[in-house]
Amino acid sequence: MIATKTIPDFSLSPHIDQVGIEERASRFTKRSIKNETKLHGLMLALNMIDLTTLEGKDTEGKVKQLCYKAQHLHDAYPGLPTVAAICVYPSMVKTAKAALGNSGIKVASVATAFPSGQAPRDIKIRDTKYAVQNGADEVDMVISRGKFLEGEYNFVFDEIAAIKEACGEARLKVILETGELVTYDKVRKASDIAMYAGADFIKTSTGKISPAATMPVTLVMLEAIRDFYYKTGKKIAMKPAGGISKSKLALHYLVMLNETLGEGWMNNEWFRFGASSLANDILMQLMKQKTGVYQSANYFSID
Amino acid sequence: MATTEKRLEVLKTYKIYIGGQFPRTESGRYYVATNSKKENLANVCLGSRKDFRDAVVAARNAFGGWSGRAAFNRGQILYRIAEMLEGRKTQFIDELIKQDATRTQAENEVNLCIDRLIYYSGWCDKFQQLFSSVNPVASSHFNFSVPEPTGVVAAIAPQGDSLLGLVSVIAPIIAGGNTCIVLASATKPLCAVTFAEVLNSSDLPGGVVNILTGKVAELVTFFADHMDVNATVFCEADTATQKMIKEKSALNVKRVVLYDKVKWATAAGQSPYFIMDLQEIKTTWHPIENIGGAKAGY
Amino acid sequence: MATKKNNTIKLKFDSARNLAPAPESKSAAKIDQQYDLFINGKFEKPQSKKYFATINPATEEKLSMIAEANTADVNKAVVAARTAYDKTWKKMPPAERAKYIYRIARMIQERAREFAIIETLDGGKPIRESRDFDVPTAANHFFYYAGWADKLEYAFPNRRTEPLGVAGQIIPWNFPLLMAAWKIAPALACGNTVVLKPAENTSLTALKLAEIIQEADLPPGVVNIITGAGATGAAIVNHADINKIAFTGSTEVGKIIQRAIAGTNKKATLELGGKAANIIFDDAPLDQAVEGVINGIFFNQGHVCCAGSRLYVQESVFATVVRKLKDRLETMILGDPMDKNTDIGAINSKAQLDIINKYIKIGQQEGAEMYQSSCTIPKKGFYCRPTIFTNVAQSNRIAQEEIFGPVLAIQSFRTDDEVIEKANNTPYGLSAGVWTDKGSKIFNLTSKLRAGVIWANTFNKFDPTSPFGGYKESGYGREGGLHGLNAYVNII
Repeated sequence: MIATKTIPDFSLSPHIDQVGIEERASRFTKRSIKNETKLHGLMLALNMIDLTTLEGKDTEGKVKQLCYKAQHLHDAYPGLPTVAAICVYPSMVKTAKAALGNSGIKVASVATAFPSGQAPRDIKIRDTKYAVQNGADEVDMVISRGKFLEGEYNFVFDEIAAIKEACGEARLKVILETGELVTYDKVRKASDIAMYAGADFIKTSTGKISPAATMPVTLVMLEAIRDFYYKTGKKIAMKPAGGISKSKLALHYLVMLNETLGEGWMNNEWFRFGASSLANDILMQLMKQKTGVYQSANYFSID
Repeated sequence: MATTEKRLEVLKTYKIYIGGQFPRTESGRYYVATNSKKENLANVCLGSRKDFRDAVVAARNAFGGWSGRAAFNRGQILYRIAEMLEGRKTQFIDELIKQDATRTQAENEVNLCIDRLIYYSGWCDKFQQLFSSVNPVASSHFNFSVPEPTGVVAAIAPQGDSLLGLVSVIAPIIAGGNTCIVLASATKPLCAVTFAEVLNSSDLPGGVVNILTGKVAELVTFFADHMDVNATVFCEADTATQKMIKEKSALNVKRVVLYDKVKWATAAGQSPYFIMDLQEIKTTWHPIENIGGAKAGY
Repeated sequence: MATKKNNTIKLKFDSARNLAPAPESKSAAKIDQQYDLFINGKFEKPQSKKYFATINPATEEKLSMIAEANTADVNKAVVAARTAYDKTWKKMPPAERAKYIYRIARMIQERAREFAIIETLDGGKPIRESRDFDVPTAANHFFYYAGWADKLEYAFPNRRTEPLGVAGQIIPWNFPLLMAAWKIAPALACGNTVVLKPAENTSLTALKLAEIIQEADLPPGVVNIITGAGATGAAIVNHADINKIAFTGSTEVGKIIQRAIAGTNKKATLELGGKAANIIFDDAPLDQAVEGVINGIFFNQGHVCCAGSRLYVQESVFATVVRKLKDRLETMILGDPMDKNTDIGAINSKAQLDIINKYIKIGQQEGAEMYQSSCTIPKKGFYCRPTIFTNVAQSNRIAQEEIFGPVLAIQSFRTDDEVIEKANNTPYGLSAGVWTDKGSKIFNLTSKLRAGVIWANTFNKFDPTSPFGGYKESGYGREGGLHGLNAYVNII
């Protein structure tokens, strides 16, 4: 594994200037996305969604409905892609897997005592293995933010490496919970740790903490991915999660992705939106593009 | 005492002052300074273009150190110059009297020079505060503007008096952190050279002030056209020369400061605005991080 | 997983550059067939009877015909300005003066879109920049100085001020409206009247500003806007009844002006050329530094006197920074300035494009290594790919002379003292940039660099409250902020 061979000194992770990164991120929002570019972008965004339900009150019924929605986003609009994945708690993996059948839609499971991560490592490993054994294609773990903020970077690194091992074939998404890290410097450092420890994805947030994903925080992580790629030749995927509910914002993210990592990342193997209400907003936009009239939420199913 | 014979006086050699040294002019030329009674007062160096060139090199070399000193330290040194001048007051009074002043005029002039040095000594660490600003830009940046010295200043001292004009021109130049080459009054050069000796014994680093003696008409062109001089100061009302200076100064966009209307003996002969005449304004930007503190109750 | 060699890795940005067109609409702005001279509150035919064409550098199409002011026209404008100064403007209560300037500011805001469109059509700069920078900053400048008009007694400790009289103002083609604002706003606030000449390539927004000034009911003659080329400018500079010359442009012309007014009592402020050093230390926030470098040299196609045209990168991060710059270059969209996505618009004129291309050739001949974005260039119009040179030495002409285009010369350095010396090793002194995460290093650099504006961990920022202007051959006097008032008053 290259990751374990080349562990850098994480105290040397680049510093981020807040004003500069936020300025850069806002520049992407100035791009005016029109016509075929917009259509292509909306379709792509739809195809990148990890349709998510992560609630205490989740039931099998709810998850089944969501899985149906994932496969039939809006049948009134033929030729739509599906979402990329359904994201659920480990207890719902089996249900989701069965409901999605051979649709090609992945099942992602949060794990490792999501969302706080405050559990012993062996429990996190069991949590992970349980999800994978039930058929999860992807595992969304959380890092131990407390340990990270204590400066216990080795602990965080080892934990990620251990979960990666427990994942087996499943792809590992490492949630940094950027809202708790507060500064971009820390987000960058956590990104570096996660990638070198074996993450397949780095992901901003659980969705349980505000702020969740923002463009600048995502940009910091994309730039970390770019630097890692140039250093190791290994591509890492990115998943901003939480707070992205409008198609316009999703398009801004795609512009940012395209101008930071380029075409190689412009598909759902390498980029995901963790979102629940984004899909319907995109669908409304697509219908507006198609019909020329503004849409009402009443015509789009809520699952 | 054994003898009443008159003791032979040791005459002073008037040399120029470059880089903290007192060389003779490289040209080997001299002129005789006289007074209105046509008495010969001294053989004075007739400074040349090459003396000026050497002085510019000295001033340029001294600039980094002098401008980099703490403002407080510059104030201390100007104060020290005043102290030294006070201590050698009688020498200056004698020289002024030789150069046609009455005793009262001479005493007044020297006193005023001492006081003027004290005045500018005090400004050394204050004018920046008065003329700086923190600029409330609309973006998340800290932005401030401060005066910084223009650099190497070539000044033709007021030609009408021996000491007051010289001191009044030099003090604000060096108080602001510049270094300079000053051409003394051609007709009354004695005090300038003696003042150089005061400077030399006042902890003023060599090269900060360089004093030449000689003819304005011969040297003024070089004061205006030298490419390593940042500003030229001229104090005479001679419009043809003013024009020439401004024209030549365009070669390297020199700042030209004219003091032909200043009455140096009055209160209007000193102010922090003289310091500001040879300052640049530097504006610095830096981003300001904005994290936390914005919630209600902060 | 196999590790690929680093040099085989390359990101691809073609699709990032190929967005569907998003053009701003030309019809939202009105451009007349012909423009006359704005003298004494009215548009008047030039006594020269001559007009010249102004073109859109992005398409080479004619936009309008512009009057050419001759000496008689200049004289007429100066007489109008003098009369307005004596009879109206200097007598007006300062608070009233302020309200006129505020009114102009507001009207620029109201017609911002129109101004932005015309600025882009006439000058070739991207509509995003005219819209988000030039026009709002111009309006803000009027707002800022309006408020000073009745507060001047607070600006100069222990002194009073008086206006200078008639100010002759000559502005360049790179920020036509903004430079007009920089010149006119403080002049009026301090009680002067104005004769302003925009650059002959870019007269339109100044003439639109004249329309606003007319609409704002500013007393006739307080602002006169006359058009023409160098000869018109010379007539302003040499007019005997002008008290102040404010010039922004090349160092070469600045020197001519300094000589021309040598025998007069005209005050002058000169805002001239630059060859700014942008310095990246190894501990810098590199991605933001790269962004700063990009903004520093490619903003407005590099037609910026304070452009960061010399980049110094510490050797330990040199390769990384150059790689990042190349990647960033690939994402820049070059093309129709009216497209909202365009990052790099048209070069302002054929003449300027020739100069830039000459320097690009010189750079190659000098042995520097050139890298250009792989973007395509429109067939019509004047365009230049964003260009960077590595393997550059201080002795190369591309590292010494102002190119005024999208061309960056990159050198490496090893130590702090070395880079300070190299950065200051230029006759210019307008601006500089420093990138490092270490506060004490920033202050060392910012105090030792001999330049009027120092950007630390940022670049090319402007604000009405922030004084701007150069050291050494970059000119003298300041524009903007408290210190900008100095240029338009006698301190008494």
